[in-house]
Amino acid sequence: MFDGSPEDHIPVPAARTSAWRPVTQESPLVRAVLIAVALGGLAILVVAPLIVVFAEALAKGAGEALRSLAKPEALSAIRLTLIVAAITVPLNAIFGIAAAWTITKFDFRGKAFLITLIDLPFSISPVVAGLALVLLFGTNSLIGGWLVAQNFPIIFALPGIVLASIFVTFPFVARELIPVMIEQGRAEEEAALTLGASGWRVFLTVTLPNIKWALLYGVLLCNARAMGEFGAVAVVSGKIRGQTATMPITIEMMYNEYFSVAAFSLATVLALLGLLTLALKTLLEWRHADQLAATRRH
Amino acid sequence: MHIEIDEIAKTFGSTTALQPVSLAIPSGALVALLGPSGSGKTTLLRILGGLEFPTSGRVLFDGQDATGLTVQERRAGFVFQSYALFRHMTVFENIAYGLRARPRRSRPPHAEIERRVTKLLELIQLPQIADRYPSQLSGGQRQRVALARALAIEPRMLLLDEPFGALDARVRKELRQGLREIHDTTGLTTVFVTHDQDEAMELADLVVVMSMGRIEQVGRPQDIRARPATPFVREFIEA
Repeated sequence: MFDGSPEDHIPVPAARTSAWRPVTQESPLVRAVLIAVALGGLAILVVAPLIVVFAEALAKGAGEALRSLAKPEALSAIRLTLIVAAITVPLNAIFGIAAAWTITKFDFRGKAFLITLIDLPFSISPVVAGLALVLLFGTNSLIGGWLVAQNFPIIFALPGIVLASIFVTFPFVARELIPVMIEQGRAEEEAALTLGASGWRVFLTVTLPNIKWALLYGVLLCNARAMGEFGAVAVVSGKIRGQTATMPITIEMMYNEYFSVAAFSLATVLALLGLLTLALKTLLEWRHADQLAATRRH
Repeated sequence: MHIEIDEIAKTFGSTTALQPVSLAIPSGALVALLGPSGSGKTTLLRILGGLEFPTSGRVLFDGQDATGLTVQERRAGFVFQSYALFRHMTVFENIAYGLRARPRRSRPPHAEIERRVTKLLELIQLPQIADRYPSQLSGGQRQRVALARALAIEPRMLLLDEPFGALDARVRKELRQGLREIHDTTGLTTVFVTHDQDEAMELADLVVVMSMGRIEQVGRPQDIRARPATPFVREFIEA
């Protein structure tokens, strides 16, 4: 029977001399294995593919790679991708801030539903999203037919590509902002209001400075994804060479036609654009490290 | 400023935060709203500050109906429970915020803002800390900066939500004295919320004991101690 003195039942292990290390630290063997797994995974999944892409691009020399990039097809793809990102990212930054603001600063019915709705693009295949846009705005639809008649086609044109990119990258900014804004609460905004500031001033001088790092991170993720999106854009763009083919689509078409240097050169540019945004973020964090530390939680 | 609360009630959805309550706060008084959590004291304070709007009833400032005034129009100096200092601004910028937020025609010039902030830092006895960030301050210093920031707008009243709640016992005693002195210097009608009956009894001219969204008793500390009006009040002040 249980007699109320648990010490009697739990055997105390004998002290081991090898156990002289901080309680949160693993044994040397476990540490070595974990580090090897992490580094190996990183090498195989991230570093090796990047090196292969660069190597394939330079397989016939740097001159050949640069010549392939100077072709009108490649130039038009780069220009189109940059235009799409330049429209998509600011719009989604605004949508993301508005959504996160609404969700975190107000209480209303259907809030949980709205949060689910924001995540929808993550759970729906981009191809399905693209098809939905074609059904909604295609020439055979009511709206699409009218827009084509007004000489403003959506599908197989820039607006369709932008809409598809906006849909796919919609959650990035809001997802980054919501946890930060929930954690920061409403007290600072309320304090600013009691000090006489207008709503707009509160947003600019209190909310925005507090969320700017999360916002930057969300914008960079959104930008990377907007430039790299393939599925949804492939459906709505019609893949018209030199007109509606973005970089990922052009890369795929070149690769399928065995223009491997051209495909991998363009892929290198796309990868470098991604790395550039990453470097930009690191630079900003490094330059504002002191400010970043000060704005963290008290 | 004389504050009159006339049959104020507040419900959030199906929960009642405040039954209709009425209370008159004489001009220049230091008043404690005392009660356990959920007694409606913070809701009442936020209604005075314009951060919540009552479901029914009126608020009168110096006899004028102020129920519909926005939070900005109330000009209430509000000190929040965790102080809510702007974490990305220095102490100077925090205190100057309310002056800089004024419309251009009533905004003081830069030199005047600097003079006033310096004066407020002297008032809270922290003249050296203007360039620090809130994260570099102790709890007691943060509380005093929050007080200075609220005073900078030349408020018509001072409202404080659990101003000593986040502090350890020794600092708490010191700052009680500090609040009393600032109240006596400025002569502002001051209302603070607390769940600590010692704090209320020691500091306030007038104590309002609240429970379950109702006012149980209003009176001077010694009167409440001598003659608790209800069993709840007796139990609460003896605890």
